[in-house]
Amino acid sequence: MNFISPIFTHTQVQQCLVDTPAAAGNCAIETHDLTIYYGDFCAVRDINLHVELRKITAFIGPSGCGKSTVLRAFNRMNDLIPSARVEGAVLFGGQNIYAPTVDAVEVRRRVGMVFQKPNPFPKSIYENVAWGARINGYRGNLDELVERTLRHAALWDEVKDKLQQSALALSGGQQQRLCIARAIAIEPEIILMDEPASALDPIATLRIEELMRTLAQDYTIIVVTHNMQQAARVSDYTAFFMVDENRAGYMVEQGHTREIFTNPKDKRTEDYITGRFG
Amino acid sequence: MTRAHFDPRTLHRHRAAGIWSTLFLGAIIIAIVALGALLYDIVDESFGLVAIENRIDPASLARDGMPLETLDKAQLVEILTGHISAGLLRRLENDLPFEERDRANVYALVLERVVEPKIVKTWSLTDSLTNRAAIEAEVLAEYPQARLEFHAWINSTFIQSPQSSSPEFAGVRTAILGSLWTIVITIAVAFPIGVGAAIYLEEYASDTLVNRVIQTNINNLAGVPSILYGMLGLAIFVRGLEPLTSGAWLGAGDPTTANGRTVLSAGLTLALLVLPLLIINAQEAIKAVPASLRQASYGLGATRWQTIWHHVLPNALPGILTGTILAISRAIGETAPLVVVGASAFVALDPSGPFSKFTTLPIQIYQWTTRPQDQYRNLAAAAILVLLVLLLSLNAAAILLRNRYRRQG
Amino acid sequence: MALTSTKQALVSGKLPGKLPGDLPGETASDTQSLLHKRFRLGETFIQGFLFVCGAISILTTIGILYVLGHESLLFFRNPDVSLLEFFTGTKWQPAILEFGILPLFNATLITSAIALLVALPLGLSAAVYLSEYATPRTRGVLKPILEILAGIPTVVYGYFALSFMTPLLRTLFGADTVEIYNTASAGLVMGILILPLVTSMSEDALSAVPGSLREAAYALGATKLETAVKVVVPAALSGITAAFIIAASRAIGETMIVAIAAGAGPSFTLNPFRAAETMTGHIVRISGGDLSYDSIDYNSIFAIGLMLFFMTLTLNLISNRIVRRFREVYE
Repeated sequence: MNFISPIFTHTQVQQCLVDTPAAAGNCAIETHDLTIYYGDFCAVRDINLHVELRKITAFIGPSGCGKSTVLRAFNRMNDLIPSARVEGAVLFGGQNIYAPTVDAVEVRRRVGMVFQKPNPFPKSIYENVAWGARINGYRGNLDELVERTLRHAALWDEVKDKLQQSALALSGGQQQRLCIARAIAIEPEIILMDEPASALDPIATLRIEELMRTLAQDYTIIVVTHNMQQAARVSDYTAFFMVDENRAGYMVEQGHTREIFTNPKDKRTEDYITGRFG
Repeated sequence: MTRAHFDPRTLHRHRAAGIWSTLFLGAIIIAIVALGALLYDIVDESFGLVAIENRIDPASLARDGMPLETLDKAQLVEILTGHISAGLLRRLENDLPFEERDRANVYALVLERVVEPKIVKTWSLTDSLTNRAAIEAEVLAEYPQARLEFHAWINSTFIQSPQSSSPEFAGVRTAILGSLWTIVITIAVAFPIGVGAAIYLEEYASDTLVNRVIQTNINNLAGVPSILYGMLGLAIFVRGLEPLTSGAWLGAGDPTTANGRTVLSAGLTLALLVLPLLIINAQEAIKAVPASLRQASYGLGATRWQTIWHHVLPNALPGILTGTILAISRAIGETAPLVVVGASAFVALDPSGPFSKFTTLPIQIYQWTTRPQDQYRNLAAAAILVLLVLLLSLNAAAILLRNRYRRQG
Repeated sequence: MALTSTKQALVSGKLPGKLPGDLPGETASDTQSLLHKRFRLGETFIQGFLFVCGAISILTTIGILYVLGHESLLFFRNPDVSLLEFFTGTKWQPAILEFGILPLFNATLITSAIALLVALPLGLSAAVYLSEYATPRTRGVLKPILEILAGIPTVVYGYFALSFMTPLLRTLFGADTVEIYNTASAGLVMGILILPLVTSMSEDALSAVPGSLREAAYALGATKLETAVKVVVPAALSGITAAFIIAASRAIGETMIVAIAAGAGPSFTLNPFRAAETMTGHIVRISGGDLSYDSIDYNSIFAIGLMLFFMTLTLNLISNRIVRRFREVYE
């Protein structure tokens, strides 16, 4: 919560601790030949990646490369788009979440999501946090849950006196941390974050990044970002996506963030990174 | 992290979701069923068996073993002279001399005046189709003189005949013409004013108090019950402006009425009624014209009106016309304000101009509906069919226009 | 070029207001005369005409207010009428100079209440289905059907009430309980009439709820129902409320159905199966007959009209205010 140590040291610590990228027992979610269509248009093709348990994995790449599409495949948010079609497999705890017997509602309860723009419900701060827990049949004390969650999301001190006020009255950064609190209130195993700081100012962004590092102690986090510095700052692993001549996205490579940024195996990754960092 | 904190009962929730989605769909199905019931009800009453009794059996009118329908004109005139009063004969001769009438016309007169068929009982379409045997038995027992035949209440005679006091010969010709006259006046008044007001509000009006009041006022007027427009029309057009609306100032007034309850008053009342609707629709159409077009025109040194006339209006026209058609269909179906303004209960003469007495199709339906006899209910159903066909074609025209406009846009 | 523009300056008027074509004054005298603001008579005239078009709506409102107010004043000035009796009397019998609006008001309330009982739940359910459940194709089929329902003239609904709904009610509840003219039949059919209005306004409100809120709910493991009922509907609540209020205003002002099916003759009853005349029904019946101006009957319908006007206006204003506030939240 009171995370003050500089971020770069953390990254370095992570790099020392983790050496084998795909230790079998540590996989939170993985994909096999994941291909997603919107109608006839192939948005991403043949994605094979794995995500480490309780680590932060960043998806980077040029816009339109399908990184958000892949992210939304992890909790079946693409189901909400009528024309979307998924091929291949997404294995979560060893089970393909696209198997016909799997309930999307169950998947989403275990794989939470934070969106690009803060989208709190037009309800009170308290209700925003309690809502998900309530519909999922939370059996404990809701007040305690709300306080614990808000503390966990480093928002408690700012909102403890106005829990019954509308969440829409909060600042953008506070709203986004509320959305994170809302997501962790139902104790998911994975949290997907789709450019969570892109709509925020630099200070609010910093706070979100700090929060992500804290949460990574308990949760697996996958974050899509268009900001490579952010990926370098917060993530343990990075997957780099590109778009092919048919405008379909594909994954170029994945690995330790340090490796990807300092010593990419693929020429395209290197071009992209150096092109941006100039 | 213990999962035991949660008891999501997903199965139960999915079941609830399923039940509710059926209920939501059910609401729409109820609406569709209601629409179906309404249309069924109208068609059901527009066709069906009728029992007809003639005052004089046509067989008894046969001459020299020739049945009535094969007789020539001279023989028919003879029958007519033999059976009707001298006074009526003179009146008919007055309307149009018998020499100038053709055989069909005289034959129709013989049927109407001599045979005088009278519909004594009617059955709905469903009854007629499913219960024929019972109906035949009933007719035989209760109306031994009557013959049973299948009758389409909506037919070409119904549309071409004027109003009549006997339901067998009543038609909607007067009502249709009345509706058309009224609508012509409504559009002639409401269209220019409505479009003008929309142009003013969209292109000229700055955000001053007066203009805000005008806009709010238009939105509120759209919600005023239509019957209140009728009361406005009654007090202002019928009563206040009587010399004007009765046509007295032109010496053109209908001598039989000589009051303000004319087509003109009705048209003006409906014009005020559809004005807010027309303005709001036209505003939407004008708003949809891209600002870049205006800027291009101003950039070439055009004045504001030149820009509007040459660029804004042509582009907004399809939208304005669509809105106008919708306003027309609203006006065609309006009943309450016209009852208040003073539609005549019985008009058998075609309206000849803005100063005629009037009745309209919905008014005719209202009056027939409120009569207790079954025959009038059938007439009302047939008139409703005419009205609905009219409205449906108008709406179809509006949809076509809108689709074409969308494709171009 | 210069010649034409000078000519134009003589013929037409000036540019009202500042336009992109307007240029600030120049120093060179030549340019100054060319760019000088011109008075364009035509333009001014046209703008004046258009303003009059816009102002006619104000005249209409003033007209309605004046007519209703003036005639009502004549009515209330009549020695046989007292304001107190008007609002509290339970008898409306102009023949014996009894003018208590309660029976008419009561019938209006009963028909409207029945109509709203039908239209609000059904209309909202249909809107939720169309906005949250239906695929674009289903919506493309269902919406035109509702539009047809909305486009049918009210007199046709009146016919439907009298020739279908009333016999149906009489079959269901017995001809002894249900009179030929009754407020239940009129109210039920009126409910069908307003249903499309409620549906389309509520659906607009529901679709205005940003998709991101739905995503947020789904991402928390909500089912479609929970998303629709616990997130989208509450978020659209003000728009839905506005729709409900407009529906109430429509029901109160609705005329032809009640004039045909609810009954002729004021009666103070709470039984929906009995005949009772509503405010609008009474106005239509009285004005449809032979009405002599300046009679107390004539004046009395304007007093009823005035009440009707204030009732519907109040509802419309409340609804507008709610809608405006609602827009401020999301835009």
